[in-house]
Amino acid sequence: MRARLLDAGAWALLALLLAGPMAGLRLQTEGTGLTLVTQWRPLAVIVVLVFVFRLLQQTALPALTRLALPKPRLSGAGLARHPAVLGLLFAVAVIWPFFASRGAIDLATLALIYVMLGLGLNIVVGLAGLLDLGYVAFYAIGAYGFALLAQHAGIGFWLALPICGILAAISGILLGFPVLRLRGDYLAIVTLGFGEIVYLLLNNLDGLTGGPNGIGGIPKPTLFGLEFARRSADGPTFHEFFGLEFSSSHRVIFLYLLALVLVVITLAVIHRLRTMPVGRAWEALREDEIACRALGLNPTSIKLSAFALGATFAGFAGCFFAARQGFISPESFTFIESAIILVIVILGGMGSQAGIVLAAVFMTLLPELAREFDQYRMLLFGLGMVLMMIWRPQGLLPSRRPRLELRQ
Amino acid sequence: MTALLQVDGLSMRFGGLVAVDGVSFEVRLGEILGLIGPNGAGKTTVFNCISGFYRPTAGQVRLDGERLDREPGHRIARRGLVRTFQNIRLFENMTVLENLLVAQHDHLDTRLWSGLLATRRYRQRMRTALDNAVSWLETVDLAELADREAGTLSYGQRRRLEIARCMVQQPRLLLLDEPAAGLNPRETAELDALIVALRDKHGVSVLLIEHDMHLVMGVSDRIVVLDQGRVIAAGRPEQIRRDPAVIKAYLGEA
Amino acid sequence: MPDSLLQAIQQVVNGLTLGSIYALIAIGYTMVYGIIGMINFAHGEIYMIGAYLGLIAVTALVLLGIDSVWLLLPLALAFSVIVTSGYGWAMERIAYRPLRGRHRLVPLISAIGVSIFLQNYVQLTQGARDVALAQLIRGGWRLGEAGGFQVYISYVQAIIAVVAILFMTLLTLFVSRTSLGRACRATAQDRVMARLLGIDTDRVIALTFVLGAALAAAAGILVMLHYGLVNAHMGFVVGIKAFTAAVLGGIGSIPGAMLGGVLLGLAESFASAYLSTQYKDVVAFSLLVLVLLFRPTGILGRPEVEKV
Repeated sequence: MRARLLDAGAWALLALLLAGPMAGLRLQTEGTGLTLVTQWRPLAVIVVLVFVFRLLQQTALPALTRLALPKPRLSGAGLARHPAVLGLLFAVAVIWPFFASRGAIDLATLALIYVMLGLGLNIVVGLAGLLDLGYVAFYAIGAYGFALLAQHAGIGFWLALPICGILAAISGILLGFPVLRLRGDYLAIVTLGFGEIVYLLLNNLDGLTGGPNGIGGIPKPTLFGLEFARRSADGPTFHEFFGLEFSSSHRVIFLYLLALVLVVITLAVIHRLRTMPVGRAWEALREDEIACRALGLNPTSIKLSAFALGATFAGFAGCFFAARQGFISPESFTFIESAIILVIVILGGMGSQAGIVLAAVFMTLLPELAREFDQYRMLLFGLGMVLMMIWRPQGLLPSRRPRLELRQ
Repeated sequence: MTALLQVDGLSMRFGGLVAVDGVSFEVRLGEILGLIGPNGAGKTTVFNCISGFYRPTAGQVRLDGERLDREPGHRIARRGLVRTFQNIRLFENMTVLENLLVAQHDHLDTRLWSGLLATRRYRQRMRTALDNAVSWLETVDLAELADREAGTLSYGQRRRLEIARCMVQQPRLLLLDEPAAGLNPRETAELDALIVALRDKHGVSVLLIEHDMHLVMGVSDRIVVLDQGRVIAAGRPEQIRRDPAVIKAYLGEA
Repeated sequence: MPDSLLQAIQQVVNGLTLGSIYALIAIGYTMVYGIIGMINFAHGEIYMIGAYLGLIAVTALVLLGIDSVWLLLPLALAFSVIVTSGYGWAMERIAYRPLRGRHRLVPLISAIGVSIFLQNYVQLTQGARDVALAQLIRGGWRLGEAGGFQVYISYVQAIIAVVAILFMTLLTLFVSRTSLGRACRATAQDRVMARLLGIDTDRVIALTFVLGAALAAAAGILVMLHYGLVNAHMGFVVGIKAFTAAVLGGIGSIPGAMLGGVLLGLAESFASAYLSTQYKDVVAFSLLVLVLLFRPTGILGRPEVEKV
């Protein structure tokens, strides 16, 4: 025990020395010059946390891992075999918004967008094993695609949705084609670079994208032409058609249900893809690229298909996001977004669709639940990424692949 | 006898190291050719060059007259030249059956819409591929293990799966890289019979790297001996057995 | 001399200054990659921390009454280099060492986490706004005729060049002449063999991170001197650019990092002068993409052959 205390003490001392100047002395502008303000509290917090954490790491953690925790038996592939359970979940998902507050539904819709993004990136990272750090670029192409189509060609949501998907897919192919033969970490950096280039272009091409001010006035989706507004210029509005009192919650619920439908379609399509040759090829590629080549599979075209399909779903999500917000700006498409989506995929367990749904919901709810920690959000996010890699890189839930079995 | 595979002046250089130096030989249609030589002779490098995993520095490789030496590995595999690896490369997390399905990727309908809508052509091709897979599993005696994860198989079973995975591609030429490594005598005898059966009943020619002299001398029609990147002898097993250059290469100066 | 030639020379001067900075940071990337095959995504943040610590040191020294620039700079430099090296050591020890041997993307993701963590750590402790410092060293040399365009080499630019060359020379001497440096090279070539020969590879790897951090800290202080501005997020973009420089020169090669840094600095200077300042970042990222596409081994790198 004494050794452990000394060890923790040594680490606390190191923290004091390293964090001392940075956390303990704060630069402050005074007139034209600079001065230093001492702030012992953050420094003390850091030192104490380091001490406690190190002590815990040495004592409690080994004990925890020895505890045989029951492994959760949840798995998407397993769920797919129980249509009754799926049906029930879907029914609940459809009905609850009619009893929930507007804020909650809004949050749920946001979570659904992240689910879609997570599922899309999952194809690239989880199934095919390609680390894409610039995924947000395809999301942006979907969003700005719709915004520009609406602005210049008056195209509404329903027509724009497939167009945005195709636009994103084409970008995926254009980016992927030269880039996919690169090795894993180089691929990561190049995709990061691409994401940054897209962000810079969005910010600087004022004439096209509105620059940092973004694009506004994006039309909301309609239900067969019925707008969800108090009054409409062309045709009846939703509440007029159904003879209801206008309520802003109509639109909120509609958007939520729309997102839900998109997510369900995404889940179904991706599930199906995994049992098709293309999906199996992705997994084979992730396992052993050399073996794939020896079997006549062209690694580049397989990676390209993963890239393009992943991008397509990001395009759909982007289009919906733009429609929901009514206004978009480059700030929604920074590298941090790519990092968040990546964390969702990793947290959910690469490849597991159910895990990703849960992870996306978790990542969306967490900032809301922990409001007081808002300023520490990003700090904890970064820390969380490191800890996740150290403790459980395979994700929270064990993933069972949907496998083909010979029915004898 | 017509030549199926022609290797002409093949050379492979890694920086300053010449691993393969002007190697020429041919594999005739319907024959089993053994490639032997002491460790480091360059045998696997020759395999890698022929199968498109290395790009040879010089020389030509022809399969049935078509040049292979500038092609990437996956295209060579599609032309009918398949290979195994020294450290068996299976898809561990997939089942035995799925491994064989991935190998038939080209014979399946891989178009997105066909699969999503389960068209007739898609289902037919899948059916054919499954039947083919099952038939090969029976040939290599792995049929009961079809749904087991490949990673859970024993070493001998993995070897057989790897060969089955090659054969479902309906190849013309099969390159086996030390298939008997790690097998016990009974398994080696079964392998011997399997290779002969592949040649006789399934019409595939075989190029085989092996250290197990008993196996390679017994099963090969002809043998090529490599030492330090060069061919030092070629001929029938009985001739090779008595060739003084070969004996010197393996045992050093007498 | 015609004005246009003088303008070009000015860009060369600016480019070399910028390039020295990139080179110092790029060396850190390339050394770490050479020794454990990992892209230290958080290296840019080390540079940022170096800049902040340098500024804190200067401010503290000024408050203590030390006025002379010749005393301030070396002291601040030494302080920042030492403490930043500590950050570099801690980073390796906490976030990377436990992950050694795992799939290569795992440490990369951890590095991204460290990068985000450090950016926000500084943002929380020092504030999110830019911190500006009045110019410590003013003035410079002017070349060319008065009345036309004059090439201006500021004293700060000269200091940057001198300090950068000094650090790079010290590093090169260390790596090539000392036994510890030899141990670094051996570990970079073949880690297992080095360990079998009795080299403490853990220590060597830690040392690599420390050295890289020291150079990045120097770069941070020099930038702080030159631009008079620090910000918690300044490491992100500069980090990617320095990585581009490392790849351009040949990742794993220290002379390559130096060469790549200088080339990138020149390219960026010329692009920002003759094309547009807004798009100079795009130039760097595009260069990165192009290099990785057409010559991933870089200028001084050796092509790798995949072992089958």
